[in-house]
Amino acid sequence: MTSAAAPPPSASSERALPPVAILATVALGCVIIAGILMASYAPRRPPLGAPGALLALGAVTLVVAFVMLARIREFAWGTFAMVYRWALLAYAISAGMIGFAFVHDHVTGSPLAVVAGSLVVFATSVPLAIAFTVARYADR
Amino acid sequence: MPARPTVLDRALAGMHSAAMVDQAHRDERAATAPAAGRPPGMPDLSNLEIVPGKGLPVVAAVVVFVIAAIATNAYWALMFSHVVGGATWTALDLFLGLVLGPIMGRMSIPARAEFTSKLMPKMVLIMPTVVLMTLAAGLQIALHLGNLDPGSPNHAWLIASFCVVGVMAVIALGVLEPANIAVLFEMRKPTPNPAVIERLMKRFMFTAGITGIMQVATLVIMTRVATQ
Repeated sequence: MTSAAAPPPSASSERALPPVAILATVALGCVIIAGILMASYAPRRPPLGAPGALLALGAVTLVVAFVMLARIREFAWGTFAMVYRWALLAYAISAGMIGFAFVHDHVTGSPLAVVAGSLVVFATSVPLAIAFTVARYADR
Repeated sequence: MPARPTVLDRALAGMHSAAMVDQAHRDERAATAPAAGRPPGMPDLSNLEIVPGKGLPVVAAVVVFVIAAIATNAYWALMFSHVVGGATWTALDLFLGLVLGPIMGRMSIPARAEFTSKLMPKMVLIMPTVVLMTLAAGLQIALHLGNLDPGSPNHAWLIASFCVVGVMAVIALGVLEPANIAVLFEMRKPTPNPAVIERLMKRFMFTAGITGIMQVATLVIMTRVATQ
């Protein structure tokens, strides 16, 4: 890492970065649609084809976002980690509360697994979008 | 008068410091950085609290209340959570998106920065809390009243409400909240970049306007559900 290669601070907001926040938002959208599909069948047992496919799509999109993020060479990693940790804590609490409501409503087996997977994507994608957006404008 | 840093804020600041790049890199960057100093008219917001620590116990109390309401199937408590959370959420979205947003858009950047620095940290706590209250309690009420049964006249309206809330959630969580928090971090810098603040605030106000308009649909749906 050399000073000659480092862009000036003001350029940090201008440089092109992979669409990590967009992919995180797409992953979030996938699991929200899956959640709507499942909730629309409550209290009956929902068919899991479409919600399962959306969960898989959301999970793959999220993994791609993390891979793209990991390949960024110059980034405010310290700021990213700090924001991600706190946001993850907040959204893990939210996801835990939603999961508790589904368990309380006697959702079990495969539907619960899809709900749990969707909540994991929810609780990791939102902090990713927040932390990436903050870190892309932060000084490295 | 700057707010006194809370334990959480000090922890955040400490983590931030610990994560800084090495001294040599910082020295290199300092050599290429523009002259230090805030843009003209920009208030000093270096002590800005991004997450107001004083509000955290209130949020914790609300979360415990909603969990207890769900766990005990207490209908009044569920209805209270849904109505109070929903009314607050809708009113804030409408007011922020359709009244305050356009006003803020016409303010100078320093004035907008100062106003934002007071408003946004509170929104970081209030919005997720009222959304959680509304949705968690609302689903339980719908199950309790049988509104989600396929034969219920409210079934289609509730699915429509899920769709509206889903779109609002994607916009709010994927675009609005990241912009909100990023602008607070930018304002805390010793030398904030007005262009970055301007860009993030535009994104914030645009998305707040969209969610404000979508709340009108929520009002139509919920009043239909209540009067079927």
